[in-house]
Amino acid sequence: MAKQLMKGNEAIAKAAIVAGCRAYFGYPITPQNELCEYMAKYMRSSGGVFVQAESEVAAINMVYGAAASGALSMTSSSSPGIALKQEGISYCAGAELPALIVSVSRGGPGLGGILPSQGDYNQATRGGGNGDYHVPVFAPASIQEAASLVRKGLIVAAKYRNPVMVLADGVIGQMMEPVELDPNPIDIEAFPWAADGNSGVRPRNIVNSLHLDVDDLENHNKHLQAKYRAIEENETMWEEYKMDDAEYMFVAYGTPSRITKSAVDELRSEGVKVGLLRPISLWPFPYEVIHRFSKKMKFIFVAELSSGQMLVDVKLAVGYDTPVHFYGRMGGNIFEPLELVAEFKKHQEVLGQ
Amino acid sequence: MKPIKLVCAGFGGQGVLSVGQMVALLAMKNNKEVSWMPSYGPEMRGGTANCHVVVDDQPIAAPIIASGITHLLAMNGPSLDKFLAKVAPGGTVIVNKAMIDHPLSRTDVKVIACDFPGLAEEAGAMKSQNMVAFGALIYAMDVFSKEDAKDVILEKFGGKKPELNEANLQAFEFGYSKH
Amino acid sequence: MTTTVFKKTRGLTDVPFTYCPGCTHGIIHRLVAEVLEELELLDTAVGIASVGCSVMSYEFFNCDMIQAAHGRAPAVATGVKRTHPDKTVFTYQGDGDMASIGAAEIVHAAHRSENITVIFVNNAIYGMTGGQMAPTTLPGHVTTTSPFGRDTTLQGEPIRMSEMLSTIPGSYYIERVTVIDPVSVRKAKTAIKKAFQAQKDKKGFSMIEVLSTCNVGWGVTPLDALKQIKNDMIPYYPLGVYKDKGANQ
Repeated sequence: MAKQLMKGNEAIAKAAIVAGCRAYFGYPITPQNELCEYMAKYMRSSGGVFVQAESEVAAINMVYGAAASGALSMTSSSSPGIALKQEGISYCAGAELPALIVSVSRGGPGLGGILPSQGDYNQATRGGGNGDYHVPVFAPASIQEAASLVRKGLIVAAKYRNPVMVLADGVIGQMMEPVELDPNPIDIEAFPWAADGNSGVRPRNIVNSLHLDVDDLENHNKHLQAKYRAIEENETMWEEYKMDDAEYMFVAYGTPSRITKSAVDELRSEGVKVGLLRPISLWPFPYEVIHRFSKKMKFIFVAELSSGQMLVDVKLAVGYDTPVHFYGRMGGNIFEPLELVAEFKKHQEVLGQ
Repeated sequence: MKPIKLVCAGFGGQGVLSVGQMVALLAMKNNKEVSWMPSYGPEMRGGTANCHVVVDDQPIAAPIIASGITHLLAMNGPSLDKFLAKVAPGGTVIVNKAMIDHPLSRTDVKVIACDFPGLAEEAGAMKSQNMVAFGALIYAMDVFSKEDAKDVILEKFGGKKPELNEANLQAFEFGYSKH
Repeated sequence: MTTTVFKKTRGLTDVPFTYCPGCTHGIIHRLVAEVLEELELLDTAVGIASVGCSVMSYEFFNCDMIQAAHGRAPAVATGVKRTHPDKTVFTYQGDGDMASIGAAEIVHAAHRSENITVIFVNNAIYGMTGGQMAPTTLPGHVTTTSPFGRDTTLQGEPIRMSEMLSTIPGSYYIERVTVIDPVSVRKAKTAIKKAFQAQKDKKGFSMIEVLSTCNVGWGVTPLDALKQIKNDMIPYYPLGVYKDKGANQ
């Protein structure tokens, strides 16, 4: 497909339709409305289903139903709406249903604000649903990457029979950038497990997350955990920027990672050997690579639009041997490259480096 | 090229978001890296609108321009008040003479003053004010060709409102040359 | 010569029911299963089990089944039906599930006139969790969460779902029945058949409310429970057709 100038929300919607998503269930909330609106306009003419649900709770349960009957389906929302979807996400994970959930996050807690924020890192990677489950979370840093990760998300969801989340900040949702979509639908085999009303021609299928027998439930959980280990093994994604000779490492994801790149360039121009490690998958988190790099670093600088949520994962990866510094903004404020540079230098002085 | 950090601001309905989008399209056609970021939410509902456009040869780092604006398009007084302080020294400010008649409080920026509604009317359509602005902007940027810019106008609006093509192109010409 | 005068419907599996002795869920299951078989819908049906006593109904109905979260069955059914419009989709929900936690989902499924059939089993109590008050519990009735009897000044009057949903333009067929004697069982089956036929004819949302017993939760004998439906429930929840858009066609 030719390059188009597209808004992130619209590119996400179009990428999903082109990839083969044929059912969308949503509910209005800023700043993801253009996604819902794009689906309303184009899903039916693409041979798919669009329903504006009565609530985010209903929307995720419609996804559950569509997915249970074998349709590649998705929903999207923003922070408070994603909170409401957690019940359904847990059920999808328990019943092993593929689904794509797009979260275009805003500031919180509560109604918070509508400007860009990364305060939903924990909500996305830890989830609010019950039980021992994981949802792969992919965080784009550009519109092009948002489109690619939507496609990748659908593939991963189908491959592992598990819900997948694309976590975008408000900038990614609202911004326009040139994007080139992969025109080919993704290659997915039919789902033999689907409860799609064909018990006349095969043994009946049951989609269920209830396991009252203790051993049955433990075995089910063991099976899920084995799947999550495979996802960790195969689907961990990150980008390294100027890390080859780096003595300092920034860690940032999403829109802030772009700003951090600028800070890296600025510091490099002053002769400071600094690089950026950008997690693309937030779960599974690139613990190993961060741990490996951390041994060579004088310190690590985590920059987020939050009070420090990914920070905890970075610290888990690093351990105690290398200092980890954090800088964050909240409420919709976004740091500038020179702000990060100044903070970096200040911390260098503090550590006497 | 030197990076362009453009802010287009005005009342809702003056077409500032479209002007920014046309610049973004133009940049994309010229194989530049580009981002377009609108104001959104309650800010929009308040009646003012703005967008930030960054054009560069390098991938865009920050799509939201917090400082160092190289080009400011101010379609009304409040927009000028809001963004003037953030314009880089030596930057260009394009103002709507019809709504901003006082001299600017800064002397270290270039000023292009244009009578947007007057020129649009002269071109044949009051609705083409933002095309006047687009013309002035392309002149001020001095990066993209007039021909490419006109192609973008036709591409973006030619299909939707072909009856306005002539006035739009004329308005663009006026914006490019009459200030 | 031998002739078969009765056999178990193919619409039910051989898994023994988990319902308490005396509970009328079993009868309602059989009626739904028989109707699916008789209308030749069984092999293309997708049933949605809800949360409550009928949570295990996916084990009993002999067709594709999906187990849904508490109250969400109509939303799940919407997801199935919209992506598979030619399949027969039904939910089987209790009164706690539908009238309380799932009130929004049932109202909006009816409002959108989803072409699904809802079997609403109203026994005026939360049975599975041990006999708590439901929105449908009758005034004065003692439950574990209304130990002094339902006080309508604090806990409201019982919700009449059939009456409420019949006011929604999108609902096509709504009838309240019961299964306390052979006559009412036959009437219930006719109603259930009508509801599934409506779906088959793509008419839109249909619901059959079945007044059902919970002798254990109510703390009475099975026989007294049947009498209680007749004496207490039916006066508050009158039987009959509440909505039939096809009546005059």
